[in-house]
Amino acid sequence: MISILETYGAMLFTALGKTLLMTLLSLIFAMVIGMIFGLMNVGHNRVFNFIGTFYVDAVRGVPLIVLAYFIYFGVPAGIQGIGFSNFRLDALQAGTIALSMNCGAYMAEIIRAGIESVDRGQMEAGRSLGLPYGTCMALIVVPQAVRTMIPSIINQFIITLKDTSILSVIGFPELTNVGKTIVGNTFRSLETWAIIGVMYMVVIVTLSKAAKWVERRVNRGR
Amino acid sequence: MADKQYRNQMTDNTCKIHVTNLKKNFGGLEVLKDISLDVTEGEVVVLLGPSGSGKSTLLRCLNQLETATSGRIIIDGHDVTDRHTDINKVRENIGMVFQHFNLFNHLTVMENMTLAPVHLKVASKEQAKQTAVQLLQRVGLEDKSEAYPSQLSGGQKQRVAIARALAMKPDIMLFDEPTSALDPEMVGEVLAVMKELARDGMTMVVVTHEIGFAREVADRVIFMEGGYIVEEGSPEELILHPREPRTIDFLSKVL
Ligand SMILES: Nc1ncnc2c1ncn2[C@@H]1O[C@H](COP(=O)(O)OP(=O)(O)OP(=O)(O)O)[C@@H](O)[C@H]1O
Ligand SMILES: [Mg+2]
Repeated sequence: MISILETYGAMLFTALGKTLLMTLLSLIFAMVIGMIFGLMNVGHNRVFNFIGTFYVDAVRGVPLIVLAYFIYFGVPAGIQGIGFSNFRLDALQAGTIALSMNCGAYMAEIIRAGIESVDRGQMEAGRSLGLPYGTCMALIVVPQAVRTMIPSIINQFIITLKDTSILSVIGFPELTNVGKTIVGNTFRSLETWAIIGVMYMVVIVTLSKAAKWVERRVNRGR
Repeated sequence: MADKQYRNQMTDNTCKIHVTNLKKNFGGLEVLKDISLDVTEGEVVVLLGPSGSGKSTLLRCLNQLETATSGRIIIDGHDVTDRHTDINKVRENIGMVFQHFNLFNHLTVMENMTLAPVHLKVASKEQAKQTAVQLLQRVGLEDKSEAYPSQLSGGQKQRVAIARALAMKPDIMLFDEPTSALDPEMVGEVLAVMKELARDGMTMVVVTHEIGFAREVADRVIFMEGGYIVEEGSPEELILHPREPRTIDFLSKVL
């Protein structure tokens, strides 16, 4: 175990960094995607409702690994086929897109549920004062929804972090992928996967502790 | 052209609310069947009626929290049933007080009261704060401006809700059972604020089961049932000498 850490330590931490980078990027994009489709599902516009529901159902209905293959291999092939022969997506780009789309669908549901958990009277009170719908959403409903959403968002964050390991299949050098390389070189599977497991675990446990702390602070003002 | 006609009518008799042949359906359910109603400036109208008779729906149609199925509603000369009317502008002029207060839970009393006036540029931040302080004094809660709604009693919440509506300086106030969710000992403090408001000449439409309030404060009492106005008149007439059997029946149950 010591020898693996000596030889591959730097590589492992670089890989952990890449894992975190992809998680963070995906989470930021997923927030935006989730906001858009989640809000579409909250209002009563039939067209928006349809688009929102369609997106959520479609993405949740496809395994992440299939979505990753589709975006990494399928989409560039399609775009090259219509004449853009130089089009490429590297593993980070494709992986981030796949993960953002996937996480975005779950985020949309979290945001929808959070907003719907706020009493309808809050919006009505805002509207009755003459405030437009968007303003009521932004200043009255969403701030109250965020409090109930925080635990689910943190949970989703952790799931997304773990899901990066699935993207080892398209060759992005994140932690799990690097693990495969190390095992291939050393044939020391037990130690390698134990080390990698602990690395994931330390990050995730730290994150959830930090999250609990944030949650307590936010709820204190109530 | 029709609009102009209504506007003239309005200026002639200072009619603040003019409802003609209002109908409201929820899916297949006809909740308001044919309501016509005028409220003049400074008038206090109390709506009485059994549960499900459409009182809240009528009130909520007035500021278009519910869209009318058919009929016309003219508020201060603005046809709110017309899609082209800027409903937000009209609503600035109609305060509404809800049974369950609906204070913004994440904001302090002061923030509750200044949010809309500042955001809608009715007042500067400083002016809005001054107005809020004055209104809080008026409802007897000047020491609560930094409290959160969760720190207030029901009666205090409702008085803040009234003050919040008044902060927009509306011409008309709508009240939907403002005391129904309160413990009995807190009803009086809210009614007192409403009485003072009536005395100061506010145009008010009030849904309530407080017959005492209706007798003392109302200029006119309307009895609704099954989506129709069954009978209306002065408190004397309607409460002490009702003519319609359904009114008599209802009053015998609540008095
Ligand atoms: N959003 C809605 N969707 C469907 N039906 C509704 C809706 N709002 C009200 N109704 C129905 O309309 C009818 C009248 O309701 P409304 O709330 O206006 O009665 P109300 O006179 O205010 O009664 P209460 O004294 O119980 O408040 C009821 O049968 C109610 O179930
Ligand atoms: Mg009601």
